[in-house]
Amino acid sequence: MSVLEREMPAPPRKKGRLALYLDDDRRLGRTMLAPAVLYIVLLVGFPFLLALYYSVSDVTVGARELSFVGLENFRRALRNPTFLTALKNTFIFTIVSQIVVVVLAKALALAFMKEFRGKRLVRFLVLLPWVAPISLGAIGWLWTLDSVYSVINWTLRDLGLLAPGTWPIWLGQPTLAMASVVTVHVWRLLPLATVIILAGLTSIPQDLHDAAEMDGAGAFRHLFQVTVPLVLPIMLVAVLFGLVFTFTDMIVIYVLTRGGPFDTTQVLASYAYFTGIDGGDLAGGSAIALFLFPVLAAAAILILRLARRTEVT
Amino acid sequence: MAIVETRDIRKHFGEVRAVDGVSIATMDREFLVLLGPSGCGKTTLLRMIAGLERPTSGDILIGDQVVTELSPRERKTAMVFQSYALYPHMTVFNNIAFPLKAQGFPGGDIGRKVEWAASMFGIEKLLDRKPRALSGGERQRVALARAMVRDPSVFLLDEPLSNLDAKLRNSAREELQQFQRQVGTTTIYVTHDQVEAMGLGDRIAVMERGVVRQLGTPQEVYDDPADTFVAGFLGSPPMNLVDRQGEIVGFRPEKLLPKTVFQAQEGLIPLRFHVTRVENLGADRLIYGTLGDPFPDAKAIANLPYTLPGRIRPGEIHDFALREKDLRFFDRATGLKIPRNPAVERK
Amino acid sequence: MARTSRKLRDAGLGALNFGVIAAFVAFAAFPFYWMLITMFKDTIDLLNPTNNPWIFNLPPTLENLRLLFHETLYVRWLWNTAFAGVLVVLITLFVAVPAGYSLARLTGRSGEHLGIGIFLTYLVPPTILFIPLSRVVSTLGLQDSLWSLVLVYPSFTVPFSTWLMMGFFKAIPKDIEEAARMDGVSRFGAFLKIAMPMSLAGILTVVIFTFTLVMQEFVYALTFITDARRFTVSVGVPTFLVRGDVYFWGSMMGACFIASVPIALVYNFFVDRFVAGFTVGAIR
Repeated sequence: MSVLEREMPAPPRKKGRLALYLDDDRRLGRTMLAPAVLYIVLLVGFPFLLALYYSVSDVTVGARELSFVGLENFRRALRNPTFLTALKNTFIFTIVSQIVVVVLAKALALAFMKEFRGKRLVRFLVLLPWVAPISLGAIGWLWTLDSVYSVINWTLRDLGLLAPGTWPIWLGQPTLAMASVVTVHVWRLLPLATVIILAGLTSIPQDLHDAAEMDGAGAFRHLFQVTVPLVLPIMLVAVLFGLVFTFTDMIVIYVLTRGGPFDTTQVLASYAYFTGIDGGDLAGGSAIALFLFPVLAAAAILILRLARRTEVT
Repeated sequence: MAIVETRDIRKHFGEVRAVDGVSIATMDREFLVLLGPSGCGKTTLLRMIAGLERPTSGDILIGDQVVTELSPRERKTAMVFQSYALYPHMTVFNNIAFPLKAQGFPGGDIGRKVEWAASMFGIEKLLDRKPRALSGGERQRVALARAMVRDPSVFLLDEPLSNLDAKLRNSAREELQQFQRQVGTTTIYVTHDQVEAMGLGDRIAVMERGVVRQLGTPQEVYDDPADTFVAGFLGSPPMNLVDRQGEIVGFRPEKLLPKTVFQAQEGLIPLRFHVTRVENLGADRLIYGTLGDPFPDAKAIANLPYTLPGRIRPGEIHDFALREKDLRFFDRATGLKIPRNPAVERK
Repeated sequence: MARTSRKLRDAGLGALNFGVIAAFVAFAAFPFYWMLITMFKDTIDLLNPTNNPWIFNLPPTLENLRLLFHETLYVRWLWNTAFAGVLVVLITLFVAVPAGYSLARLTGRSGEHLGIGIFLTYLVPPTILFIPLSRVVSTLGLQDSLWSLVLVYPSFTVPFSTWLMMGFFKAIPKDIEEAARMDGVSRFGAFLKIAMPMSLAGILTVVIFTFTLVMQEFVYALTFITDARRFTVSVGVPTFLVRGDVYFWGSMMGACFIASVPIALVYNFFVDRFVAGFTVGAIR
């Protein structure tokens, strides 16, 4: 047998190196993937390491040299009352808006499950807040919530719902400003969450609904023992992405309140911007922004576990 | 001149040994069928011959040339996929022309060759259509035309008829065979359908668990199975396998007949057949029951042609018989055939 | 009797459904409706707090739009956005389409891990990266240049598009590419001639999303660019038009409406694919 093999005529080797390359799965695969990986390493990975590095240094915008200061920036941040407010606000904004988003999105998605006339137009209108650039949408709110010309105030007063002499300044009073910002976040994320949950709902086979019906499940049992458990994984995905978006967002704050009044709506992202870019304290800004990271990492792990679990079943 | 040969070829996916040492060779212009249950490795073997799968070890030769390291396009083989794998974004014409273009045929020739291939399969009128506007049978013809248009040295077919409905499948089988005889291209055909295999193949390689159990003509694998697996896999219902004194005796259901059917001098083994169930299949009757001596209490099936008169009902006991020369013997431990003259052995 | 009660209940549910939908539509679309109304109102009408804001107290006017298009940098910003958008789309396609194919077909098990890694970069937000990147951009001498955006934007469009394309390529039956390879093209040829044309829908989706993401991006543009003439729309309108105490509300609302509604219309058609990209793995 081995003699035979040795005597076998060699296969033609006239094909070029390129041809060889274009048929080799592994090498071709790596080559096609390389630019993407390179881009991500250079413009996500590297800056991320740089952010870690900055956070333990004393770098400022103009500085040419920087020195290592250890955890000083983090300590400084934790002593800073504005930072602590921002930290607290970030959590409040995120958690409150997510709870509201999930409840509303579930209701809206269920309403969308039914057929009705003009559904496409309605869908477009409901999607608007998500698909339009948020910085521009927020300006619409800025005008709607204006301190003098707010249409909401005018209408409330005209309907007699405002006590005489009161005139809420939506973006200028601490509690109202917070409520306003939360509302705009909800407004913004609701369409995304709705569409994701809707996708989950429509992926449930009709058979299952029919079976639940045949088994005599009432509307409530049907909803909470069949529908909800089945869309739970995808709802979690919606929640996690919503969390990440709200948690790291600074656009709404920047456009509406710039963190004011008196930093009552300041969040980590916006505070990092004002410290690092407007204030030129790159090191301090990086340290503040990095406080976002543990939560993001937790979200990432959750998403991964979720993905793995659904893969297994 | 295109003989396909595999030399101790193996394909392991981790722990799974999809193909575990197969050495077979086709003859020139032969129609060879790889037959086996799903998961037996037949498709993996075909894909390795095609070059779509790299063998873990072993060699593949096409026309005396080692092609193990070559990419699919360098092997000059053509393949028809179970799904037909037509290019959905191209018209039928462009589908058939694709292999020619890929090999750099001059433009004028392409048109002529496509017309010719299309006329072979009677699909000239469909050339402007997209695959999704074709019926299953039409798609299958397009796939065949695309495979043959460039005169491949070998045809590889992966269950090309399994997506057709039963009626169409019969006529397609006939056409396929005629076409292969006509062009005379060596063909390797994968199927799990024994009727297809028996009807189409010059020879059949029966596979199980990654190895070839038997390679032979349809008659050989049917009449003289190499082991109990082949005996049990071929035939519907399959060969009766009954235990007797440390060995397994096999006989085809159509050989177990009422005693009256046989001539006396045929070397008969008479036995009593206790009928438990009768299944009427139209052309045949299947009689289920238990045998008496010399196979006491063994379950067996008899297949009686409908032309055979006589009533047989469940619960009755009938006199049946077997001819000694119709018995096959297998080793109980290995399942392998024990070649011997049954007449001498008989006690 | 049972039938009428059932009918009543259905009607009630229908009305409830209608109410829910109507409330949500009002909430979602109101700011845009308000933009549309405001952009045609006379400034004097707008800035009189005693006027009813719901009606036109003075006749509608195009003055706000004239101001916007002729006396601000708005057109310039639109142009800047389009410029950066087109270039980022090209880079994204060039990088993400092959990468998506590679992950779907060529890299096997290790590709799966890499794919998840790429997916996770969604979760690293600009808010963490903008500070170091501002320094990178200035080191490269790209400060105040649209090229800084062209360079940096693919860092979030590529991961997303790669993931999206991977899904599209995985949906193509493997047979078809194998058939092409049997028919005489290389592995790469099968990608180019079969897989790519078959995923035109995916490529189109990537184009739309990349463009919308560029249009929506705010933080990087705000950080890297200070020269008003280099702004993109999403930054120019909220920062430059709001500067000072004078708000040209009519013009601003026009600027927002004109920039957001067309892109929203296009995006609308692709939202389901976008969601599919987000939820790969969680559905099914």
